[in-house]
Amino acid sequence: MEILKVHHKTRGPAAGTIGSALVGVVASGNLEVMLERTLADTECTVEIATPVRGYDDVWKAVVTDFVERASPGGLRISINDGGARPDTVMLRLLQGVRTMEAGHD
Amino acid sequence: MTDPRHPSADTASWFLSTARERLAGLLDPGSFTEFLPPTERVQSPHLALFDLPAAFDDGMVVGRGRLGKRAVLVAAQEGQFMGGTFAEVSGAKLVGLLRAARDDAKLPRIVLLLLDSGGVRLQEGNAGELAVAEVMRAIVEARGYGVTVIALVGGRAGAFGGAGLTAATCSRIAISEQGRTGVSGPEVIETNKGVEEFDSQDKALVWSVTGGRNRRLLGGADAYAGDTVAGFRDAVLALIDRAPPFDLATLRAEQRRLADRIERLGACNSAVEMWVALGIAEPQNIRNLDDTAFAEIVKGLRGAAYDAR
Amino acid sequence: MTVLSNISSTRIWDASRQSREQRIAAGSAYARGKQVAPGDATKLLEAVIRPGDRVRLEGDNQKQADFLAARLAEVDPSVVKELHIVQSGVVLAEHLDLFEAGIAKRLDFSYSGPQGAAIARALKAGKIELGAVHTYLELFSRYFVDLTPHVALTVARCADRDGNLYMGPNTEDSPVVIEATAFKQGIVIAQVNELVDKVPRVDVPGDRVDFVVVTPEAFYVEPLFTRDPAQITETQILGAMLAIKGIYAPYGVKRLNHGIGFNTAAIELILPTYAERLGLKGKIATHFALNPHPTLIPAIESGWVEQVHSFGSEVGMDDYMKARPDIFFIGRDGSMASNRMYCQSAGLYATDLFIGSTLQIDLQGNSSTFTRDRIAGFGGAPNMGSDPHGRRHASEAWLKAGREAAGEATSLPRGRKLVVQIVETFGEKLDPTFVESLDSVELAKSLDLALPPVMIYGDDVSHIVTEEGIANLLLCRTAYEREQAIRGVAGYTDVGRARDRKAVEDLRARKVIQRPEDLGIDPLEANRSLLAARSIKELMHWSGNLYDPPAKFRNW
Repeated sequence: MEILKVHHKTRGPAAGTIGSALVGVVASGNLEVMLERTLADTECTVEIATPVRGYDDVWKAVVTDFVERASPGGLRISINDGGARPDTVMLRLLQGVRTMEAGHD
Repeated sequence: MTDPRHPSADTASWFLSTARERLAGLLDPGSFTEFLPPTERVQSPHLALFDLPAAFDDGMVVGRGRLGKRAVLVAAQEGQFMGGTFAEVSGAKLVGLLRAARDDAKLPRIVLLLLDSGGVRLQEGNAGELAVAEVMRAIVEARGYGVTVIALVGGRAGAFGGAGLTAATCSRIAISEQGRTGVSGPEVIETNKGVEEFDSQDKALVWSVTGGRNRRLLGGADAYAGDTVAGFRDAVLALIDRAPPFDLATLRAEQRRLADRIERLGACNSAVEMWVALGIAEPQNIRNLDDTAFAEIVKGLRGAAYDAR
Repeated sequence: MTVLSNISSTRIWDASRQSREQRIAAGSAYARGKQVAPGDATKLLEAVIRPGDRVRLEGDNQKQADFLAARLAEVDPSVVKELHIVQSGVVLAEHLDLFEAGIAKRLDFSYSGPQGAAIARALKAGKIELGAVHTYLELFSRYFVDLTPHVALTVARCADRDGNLYMGPNTEDSPVVIEATAFKQGIVIAQVNELVDKVPRVDVPGDRVDFVVVTPEAFYVEPLFTRDPAQITETQILGAMLAIKGIYAPYGVKRLNHGIGFNTAAIELILPTYAERLGLKGKIATHFALNPHPTLIPAIESGWVEQVHSFGSEVGMDDYMKARPDIFFIGRDGSMASNRMYCQSAGLYATDLFIGSTLQIDLQGNSSTFTRDRIAGFGGAPNMGSDPHGRRHASEAWLKAGREAAGEATSLPRGRKLVVQIVETFGEKLDPTFVESLDSVELAKSLDLALPPVMIYGDDVSHIVTEEGIANLLLCRTAYEREQAIRGVAGYTDVGRARDRKAVEDLRARKVIQRPEDLGIDPLEANRSLLAARSIKELMHWSGNLYDPPAKFRNW
């Protein structure tokens, strides 16, 4: 199991007020993304546990683009990966932020 | 039957949904409270040894909510994660929920088990087998204290092995056409007895034997649900008040039902033969009927509506 | 003039007919009329086939002369040897057994889906001399020029006593093969499921058929074009939305061919939902050269599709097509009629767009489905996926593509076919779709092939669609722009991450690259609720239960 932790400064806080959300499931080619609104407004951490080795650069590139696109300030994001492709990872991250934006839980 | 031409979100397929999507659609909106939610990170301590990813909820979602304004306890297995298997953490969450129902009369008296599992998680075999035994005992004990336990079977992994046993201990079982249940799964039978005995790749064969329609026709399930979240909601609402008391009379009735079934159907070699023996007019056509037509056939059958289990 | 007449008098002009008569005589020992008992089929083949013959064993995309293939694999290799197999699809294990046993030596073919790895192994072991991996039209054409079969082993649903064959919806390659063989003094042997007094429809006239074998079991048909909607991913749905809004709509693509994959199945399934919402009904996707894809049923049923001509059939679709004669091509007997040669020609000359998937795309846009250990073949994709320079009729889509390719108004306007590759940036097991160099180039070197196998050449490709967006290669003016346009939609692959960011942004400003947001598409809307049918069962319901899904796709 490879554990990767990425930290980013963001432009501002993620929208919405929901405290936490979980999207996706751990299955072959899929992943689960848990988002918790526990950090300072311009901080974002993404912690990834993946059984697939050797893709650190790709994960970092995906997370960097995601932070640029979504400005997920305040979110602690945790990922259990089942060998998902980068496009699926980006989709789940964006779905996660969208879920956090919803009015209330 | 829902109009297949206009599928929309409220007709989302149960078979294809995740455990969380099923719960969200099944319960009254906003009523669900999760126990040990993923943010608690109660994960399997064993999977990392096998270089396998864990899940924040170990593939088991437990909590309470309301269904048609009635308070219920719920447990939902995620069939896509490790085949929805019984393991140390997921098993303990389910056992804990059932024991709480048994012990605390202030908790809801209805437990819904959204089963979606091929059985015990191989990597946690001993813990999983123990969990299955404890779950069955907890269900029986809870029923003894007046708790109604309803199994909902319609997920991708079916309800096999420990999940099949668990379903069989419940007060009532609701199943959809795509749902499958049994003790040994098709792959297990093929591995042990050979492909001539049971070809697990022959989907039509697998479903004719283990699938929801056959189970309903034989009385192995008490309600037939359309493969939608709404379909299961309707089926469960209809079952809640029809759960039998867990007493000697019920057990005797169940024994009679099973003895009667084996006497009538024990010599049959295929599902279609059993359907003939049940007196169904066009047995070959059973799997092509729409849900409404199928429900009509069930109504006319002896043994499908026994007050037992 | 006496010299010339002397020459002609010494030459035998009917050696092929004499050879044919000798073979027929030898084969007739096992026949009553044209009929040969299944137990005598191997003896028949030994009697009529000669060493070194070109044999066309009917392995098509869908139907298989499986009984005759198995009998051919049983012949005595000291009698029947060194055959040159010319066939469309190398699909069954028996097809490879011929080479292992030395019965066959040389192979010219077109497609080899399931046997791709076995062919690669046999090639490396020197068991097969490979001629070429053709497109269908190319191989069919060579049957009439330099690969004319001496013997054709075909397959039909039924025959009458005169040898008239009924093939029903699975006519496929047979008419062209049989014509090439029969009219050049070859031998035609058919396996049939049953013998009847009168065939429902004559797909092949009996005077082209020499022997008929009624087989104990019905011939095998591969359900090659059935895609279970349950397996379509959100990324594939996003790609489908991009294709419809970014290509079908602006070009007004009405006449088209779809490839076989899940990406195009997703397009078919969101026509009645997403494209309907965009108000595109009747404006796009009305006329298809296409196998009867079950995933097209919802679009047909909701009135999107006017006409479909098919290469072959698809298991379970017979009754549905029979009931939709306005849409499909139907014989007087009521059943659908397919023809791969005609439909390939239709797809080449009479459609404005081909869209299909592939396994690898290089920096020039060349694509291939070959990998280092699989020789998959391309089937019809290279024909559909090419700009036919022999086309002389205009359409709005074709002219618009031509204008974009030309760049400026010219005194001699020309059209351009839209050839679209729709892929996901990563394939299975995280294999990147975009690569610096195709595996097939390496493979060609290691096997000493004269021509590296390329499915679609980059200069034929007009657009590449990925989940990252659409690259319009027609608008690229330099090789560098083209490379950056490809890198720009290659996502997080090594090729994609090595993009020149500035160049890619410039291309985006010129709409050479269009991201989902540039087209007003929210990737989060790409979910499975957009699919008009989300399971095989829903496809069956859409068809009014006329579609009868094959057992392996029935999870009920």
